[in-house]
Amino acid sequence: MIETPVLERVLSEALRNGGEFAEIFAEDKVNSSAMLDDGRVEELSSGRDRGAGIRVVSGETTGFAHTADLTERGLMRAAEAASAVARSGGGGTRTVTSGALTGSASSSMEGRATPTTGSKADALELLQRADEAARASGAGISQVQAGFGTSTRRVLIANSEGLLAGDEAARTRFSVSCVALGDTGMQTGYETAARTLGFELFDEVSVEELARTAAAQALAKLAARPAPSGELPVVLAGGSGGILFHEACGHGLEADHIVKNASVYTGKVGQQVASTLVTLVDDGTIGSEWGTFGVDDEGRPAQRNVLIQDGILTDYLWDYLRARKEGRLSSGNGRRQSYRDLPMVRMTNTFLLPGTDDADEIVAQTQRGVYVAKLGGGQVNTTTGDFVFGTTMAYLIEDGVITEPLRDANLIGNGPEILQRIDAVATDFSMTPGTCGKDGQSVPVGCGQATMRLSGVTIGGTAE
Amino acid sequence: MSTTTEETNTAGRVSAGDPEALVALAERVAGWARSGEEMEVYVARGTETEVRAYEGEVESLTSATSAGIGIRVIVDHRLGFAWAGSLDESVLGETLAEARDNAIFATADEHVQLAVPDGVAAVPIDLWDDLLESVPTTRKIELALALEAQARGADPRIRQVSSADYGDVAAESALVSTTGIRSSTRKTSGYLSVGVIAGEGDASQTGGGFSVGRGFDGLDPERATTDAVSRAVRLLGAVKGPSGRSTIVFDRRMATTLLSIVSSALSGEAVAKGRSIFAGRVGEQVGHPGLTLVDDPTDPRAYGAAAYDSEGLACRRNALIEGGVLRGFLYDTVSGSRSGVASTGSAVRGGYAGTPGPGCRALTLAPGPEGYDEDGVLAAVGEGLFVQSMTGVHSGVNPISGDFSVGAEGLMIRDGKLAEPVREITVASTLQRMLLSLVAVGADVEWLPGIAAGQTLAIGDMQISGV
Repeated sequence: MIETPVLERVLSEALRNGGEFAEIFAEDKVNSSAMLDDGRVEELSSGRDRGAGIRVVSGETTGFAHTADLTERGLMRAAEAASAVARSGGGGTRTVTSGALTGSASSSMEGRATPTTGSKADALELLQRADEAARASGAGISQVQAGFGTSTRRVLIANSEGLLAGDEAARTRFSVSCVALGDTGMQTGYETAARTLGFELFDEVSVEELARTAAAQALAKLAARPAPSGELPVVLAGGSGGILFHEACGHGLEADHIVKNASVYTGKVGQQVASTLVTLVDDGTIGSEWGTFGVDDEGRPAQRNVLIQDGILTDYLWDYLRARKEGRLSSGNGRRQSYRDLPMVRMTNTFLLPGTDDADEIVAQTQRGVYVAKLGGGQVNTTTGDFVFGTTMAYLIEDGVITEPLRDANLIGNGPEILQRIDAVATDFSMTPGTCGKDGQSVPVGCGQATMRLSGVTIGGTAE
Repeated sequence: MSTTTEETNTAGRVSAGDPEALVALAERVAGWARSGEEMEVYVARGTETEVRAYEGEVESLTSATSAGIGIRVIVDHRLGFAWAGSLDESVLGETLAEARDNAIFATADEHVQLAVPDGVAAVPIDLWDDLLESVPTTRKIELALALEAQARGADPRIRQVSSADYGDVAAESALVSTTGIRSSTRKTSGYLSVGVIAGEGDASQTGGGFSVGRGFDGLDPERATTDAVSRAVRLLGAVKGPSGRSTIVFDRRMATTLLSIVSSALSGEAVAKGRSIFAGRVGEQVGHPGLTLVDDPTDPRAYGAAAYDSEGLACRRNALIEGGVLRGFLYDTVSGSRSGVASTGSAVRGGYAGTPGPGCRALTLAPGPEGYDEDGVLAAVGEGLFVQSMTGVHSGVNPISGDFSVGAEGLMIRDGKLAEPVREITVASTLQRMLLSLVAVGADVEWLPGIAAGQTLAIGDMQISGV
């Protein structure tokens, strides 16, 4: 995207007024998407976004500017704007000398097959197949929306410490949402598949199966009764139940919250923060999961970080700035939505390691409770630890058997308390993709776990 | 990665505050339409500054400009769209070519059409503060630092100021189509936002506050701080609240969120596609007789006020529910055509990267005859729960089925007054039942960021889940 001598000159310009650290993050992203709705291909969209963000760190202050102009002139102007914060510092100037940058700007997603691209016609065929499969699932299906989106994102990162790194990743996503109409009104079902892959996603994923799953959810919920109100044991099926860990502790382990004393997990490294059944990992390297990448958005290779080992808190998640303050290295968790944003500490793929229980046994040993087949999302206040997560497909458990479907509801708990209440973890591990929003920035993440049980959670239904 | 050579970059040099230059650019691109092709060109440009203060220093200072284009092409009733985050000359042609290519693959649909001028005159609204551009960055930094310092010193129980931000945006856009649309908009806004953590013993609670305006002048750190601090401090000592049926009073900020949720069911597109709880119910009683809901973007006080909608038609006042009776929906050109009605001037779009669809900009409820403020609503309710924050709105509210379940924090209402704080509870009902169970609408209208007014609301017969 940008020649190395230009990078060096721009970094020098960025430090002209002083400052200890300068960085260029350049990005070139191509998106295309198609939507089938109400039986018609309504919209095909293509987008191109290209630009660079430049930051300068001077003491406790970060200056940041971004530009869509990747010429040397455009980058110099952004460097000048970002360096304005260092003006008061008055420190000595530094020059990033020619040849200072080492590393490779080529993709670091080594050993991976080149992502394939499907034609627009191929994408439309998938959408139509999904639409047909959903509508064939039952006469109650009244509306189907199927969406396809794919993007290729190239990034280049260079900084005044001599780092030069690059990455290139394709991400592809396919989703189906259905509405079912019955005597009780309308209900919805939603299923999505998303991987850090190109069109080969569809070698692994059947769009018909996604469509049938979404349709089955909507149809099942037509007969759903109001969810209970109050505290009950809850069994979370493998996959989307991982949202629990994303909210109950993942966000609270992000070092930006820790250094501001805005997390219930501040100062708890080495302490028992969860049931001994909990070993929690954040891993940006695994396979083609949705939160996987080669290097993070600060040029640090993705890595596997164990956060909780057998219930004991072992570490937090770090980006460059927060790690620098502590005199340690980033854990590869500095991510940003685009070149227009400053990086922050973010999760990648966050998951609970499988246990030894049998998933069916866990249900059988639950007298009365709720079985959550699918969670839709959640939210946490990291300072208090209070969090919610919402069901999109849940059932009652009565006498150890999964019985009636329940209408959608949020569950609420407090992270440190809920983590102690995990009393069974099965072996049937799976991952699920999601979009994580923080401070206005969205990034792709993965969540995962095996079927597990919480001995008690407050369920926010309407049934008394 | 490939290298980049010096590119020509002239089209992007449009000076701020000059939407006519953007219109000229949009006109030039629209002029490239071929015969048999309809085309709509949307171009936008903005500048922004954000200052974040932390512990007496500037944590970050962001200054940026951005620009982009979105092109819709219709050929033989087939729509193609493409966008780019740049106004470089080379990008314009590429974007148009992509939009044309996309149109080939869409389903032919007679309802897919661009807006045509409908003779409704736009209400002139001035949303531009000329002074903003002349405010030096140093003053913005001083204001952010003052905000942070004020929040830190506001109360001995404030342990931390987790965020203290100043921000401003100046945005301009132009829309030109081959069907005769030619409009431009420009808008400035400024905000202060602060987040605090209050503590007592082992317990911590958070609160946020803000102050918004059209520019720099009038932003009030005192207002933002007072709001944030009182929200955090009054929650100290909160315990998990009791389960049961209760009347819930939603504070003004929460009411904005509630109305935004209801708005999705008032979209003519959701109705046409069978995804609205209101479909087929025009003329029916869908709410309490005291419920009158209007979307009026021509009210200049509204945060979402606008002269033109996102298809270039004049924004107008639309009555949606009157006395609890459903009166109609909001339409853009396509959803209107699908339903056999004209656009209500209600197209919205998410910037140059999005396509238009119908949506609200300035929803407001007619206040109750009593003219209550917050205290008045609390006194009228007597016993219940006052909710000052909600979580999981995206995960626990289904606007299609109407199921409503959110996490909540707030204070119990006893003898018509705020009493002990509660946390870690949910409040639940269905949207349908909530509209019918309206107890009171405050006259304390405050225009907060978002698509709806803030006014204290009381809704009866909701389920609280807690202990």
